[in-house]
Amino acid sequence: MRRPFEQIVAEYGPVVLRVCRAVLGPQDAEDAWSETFVSALKAYPDLPADANVEAWLVTIAHRKAVDVTRAAARRPTPVESLPERAGLAGRPEDWDGDLWRALKALPDRQRQAVAYHYLAGLPYKEIAAMCGGSTDAARRAAADGIRTLRDTYPRFTDQSGVAR
Amino acid sequence: MTTASDPRHGRLFAALPVQDAPAMARLHERLVDQARREGVLDVAYRTLDTPVGSLLLAATVEGLVKVAFAVQDHDAVLQRLADEVSPRILAAPARLDGVSRQLEEYFAGRRTRFDLPLDWRLSKGFRREVLTHLRDIGYGRTESYAQVAAAAGSPRAVRAVGTACATNPLPVVVPCHRVVRSDGSPGGYAGGPDAKRALLALESAA
Repeated sequence: MRRPFEQIVAEYGPVVLRVCRAVLGPQDAEDAWSETFVSALKAYPDLPADANVEAWLVTIAHRKAVDVTRAAARRPTPVESLPERAGLAGRPEDWDGDLWRALKALPDRQRQAVAYHYLAGLPYKEIAAMCGGSTDAARRAAADGIRTLRDTYPRFTDQSGVAR
Repeated sequence: MTTASDPRHGRLFAALPVQDAPAMARLHERLVDQARREGVLDVAYRTLDTPVGSLLLAATVEGLVKVAFAVQDHDAVLQRLADEVSPRILAAPARLDGVSRQLEEYFAGRRTRFDLPLDWRLSKGFRREVLTHLRDIGYGRTESYAQVAAAAGSPRAVRAVGTACATNPLPVVVPCHRVVRSDGSPGGYAGGPDAKRALLALESAA
């Protein structure tokens, strides 16, 4: 028995958007979200009934994010800085630019591990299966990413009150 | 949903909104549009407020496939559509614009028959034959279950006609409310007896 896809969008859409934003930043996140949910809708009737829907969606989002990152790497830089692009793809003002700057500076692996674990709640074993490498490597990538963010993203420690 | 063991990590993403309703609305619209263009929007639905309560309207690419009253539990109806038609279901009002307009005209007393593509897949066999015949019962008229059975060529199948009406997947549009008991009392209805009386009153007033 599969629930109507509308319920899947309502329940998991917001968290997948947060993951896309954390992995890709404000400009490309909405494109990745759209491609993720269209792909998911197509494949949905064949999804095993006992599948972990959230992990399935994040896995698709991960593949889309990799595609988007590759496309962005091929894209000449001036295109990226055209002002109207931001208006089409998302609203960068929606969230803290400092957070994205700090996340963007991380190696892809670390940024992905941090987002998939701390935003989507995926276990490191699943993250390893998605991103390649061992479970330990995924755990290390997340830990390294968090350690760096603690230094590069001021609000991270400011708001906790205690810096470690 | 988050398994972060250290609450501090929750703060890391505090700047990223957990719920962003305008973004979700924009993305939902984009998803519906893309699904429609790629032919994977198997079932589109919306609800419509009417004098007989909120109606759930659902359509495939072939046409209107389901009309359901609030008392039928819209969530349960959507789940049955997922099971029996396809789980590729999205709230997508555009496909139901024509249906909604005609229903609004009907409830305003300005429409006496529906001219809509219908998808009959949720009704089969004798029940479907009965329901097809119901479209011949004109606006403002009624027939008894026995008359409908006779018209369907099975005069003894009065009970089966009752079942066909009770399981009509397209109430209001396929007018099972025009089938009443031989003594003239309304009889049962998917939308409840009050809804049936309201529809009959609407049609007799016009």
